[in-house]
Amino acid sequence: MTSQPQNEVQEQLLAATGMSVEFIPIQGELNVGPQHPGSGHMRIFVKLNGDIIEDVDLDVGYVHRTVEKLSENRNYMHLIPLVERPAILDSIHMNLGYIIAVEKILGVDVPERAQYLRSFAAEVNRIASHLYGLGILSIFLGHSTGFMWGFGDREVWVTILEALTGARVTNSYVIPGGVRRDISQEIKDMTLKAISYQRRRLEDWKKIFFYNPSIRARLENVGVMSKENAIKWGAVGPNLRASGVYYDVRKIEPYGAYDKLDFEIPVYKEGDGLARGLVRLEEIEQSMRILEQIIKNIPEGNILSDRFFKQIPPTRLKKYWETYRRIVLPGYYASFRPPKGEAISRVEAGRGELAYYVVSDGSPKPYRLRMITPSYRLIYVFKELCKGSRYADLVSIYGSLDYFPPEADR
Amino acid sequence: MSEELKSLINDLQTKFKCQVKIENDRRITVIVPDKKIMKDVANHLKNFGFDHVKAVTGIDYPEQEKLEVVYHISSYSNLDLAKIILALRTTVTYKDPSLPSLYSIFESAWTGERETYEMLGIRFEGHPDLRRFFLDEDFEGVYPLRKSFKIKLEGIFVDKPTTE
Repeated sequence: MTSQPQNEVQEQLLAATGMSVEFIPIQGELNVGPQHPGSGHMRIFVKLNGDIIEDVDLDVGYVHRTVEKLSENRNYMHLIPLVERPAILDSIHMNLGYIIAVEKILGVDVPERAQYLRSFAAEVNRIASHLYGLGILSIFLGHSTGFMWGFGDREVWVTILEALTGARVTNSYVIPGGVRRDISQEIKDMTLKAISYQRRRLEDWKKIFFYNPSIRARLENVGVMSKENAIKWGAVGPNLRASGVYYDVRKIEPYGAYDKLDFEIPVYKEGDGLARGLVRLEEIEQSMRILEQIIKNIPEGNILSDRFFKQIPPTRLKKYWETYRRIVLPGYYASFRPPKGEAISRVEAGRGELAYYVVSDGSPKPYRLRMITPSYRLIYVFKELCKGSRYADLVSIYGSLDYFPPEADR
Repeated sequence: MSEELKSLINDLQTKFKCQVKIENDRRITVIVPDKKIMKDVANHLKNFGFDHVKAVTGIDYPEQEKLEVVYHISSYSNLDLAKIILALRTTVTYKDPSLPSLYSIFESAWTGERETYEMLGIRFEGHPDLRRFFLDEDFEGVYPLRKSFKIKLEGIFVDKPTTE
């Protein structure tokens, strides 16, 4: 028996009942955004055939803030608040990657305690970032409870960061050679309390979100990225690991204290939206394991490299030891001149691998600063992933990738 | 450094006449002398196991009237190669700022090449979609990441005309 096209079968059925219908193939173009609850600050130009997406043209650049150009006009220290703006909810990582690159050029060693504190801040930030991502995915799928839960739980971690760094949103915590403040017993207790709270909540998260049949229907087998495609398109972070590639910068090229900590990298084979969500959920659990280890094993010591510590005037140093161990930097620290050279650093940010490429010509300003953020590398992945899927799945692919427009624009 | 990697570096030096700098066992720089053999070198690296491009960076050197293009290449499938970031660099002149695109070899170069074209005006021959990316549609003037593009700066102290 030869298979007939679907519409011919339908026409025959209709003809048997004495009715007829005309099938008109509809092709068209649709603009999603650039101010849209489902796209943020981005225009997605969708070419449709029926409700199948034929091609997607991403019109990014609505929040472009030219970090790379502005960096040529600022001192290395003055750049810190600038580079952490693009991913404002993941600012510790943005800051950390830049500082690691600058430290490589400067050739500064970082004390052990500062390395642990960097990992501590980074993991707290990762949990907050993943909860944000899950919350945004929920609201894309029309699941308002998930959105409120994500942002409510995030608040717990943001408060810890606030207590540690003094800033609520843009935490300029990491500086060349160390970190700005020491951890206190109160923050440790707060974190342990937050971990036990979040563990209970993760079970609830699974019940309300991942076992929810309507969410599963929207995410399962949607936007499937095979392992080969993930490698070819250069996907990053949780999206890459959901496609079965074992790659995490924390394991491949350990920075901070990650080589001394015990944790696992969740890897899924499915490569669909649900797997990408589950990778994030499991990473939250792993991050909490890391936090527990850091609180238990953090070594005593200084939080700034001796080379810079010696430059602090003695009166200020006395204040440092007597009060909160908060570093007030000397004025000339702001305009150091690194030697000629270049460095590329990578860190595992909340959304994936973040790389900084800094070229120094010996002046107090970088000659060229290249910032390769995870969302920037997801532009091509998103474009290719949308081809051939249904229009209704556009937002679930978009949400499950955890794409953040300002981070891609930089 | 493994034997295979040593043979790769030897290949690059003898067969393609590339200049190879080994910073440490995680960072390797390969300077391609002629942009025409860029694709061959990239093909050789891909066959070896480097499978994606992390970034495409353009650097402007106005006093030498040339632009440098850096591809940062690494691997996902091979865990040993994943530890290495290989910088593949070449230079183009102001007069002829064009370069064969590596899109056909590394698909992940799509975003980086498009941005480098927009910001520095380097044409990547063979790129399927070489258009504006981040800038406004009505943007005019020099390419923004060239050093000749100056940002208007405002001082911290604004001089106000004294009123009497």
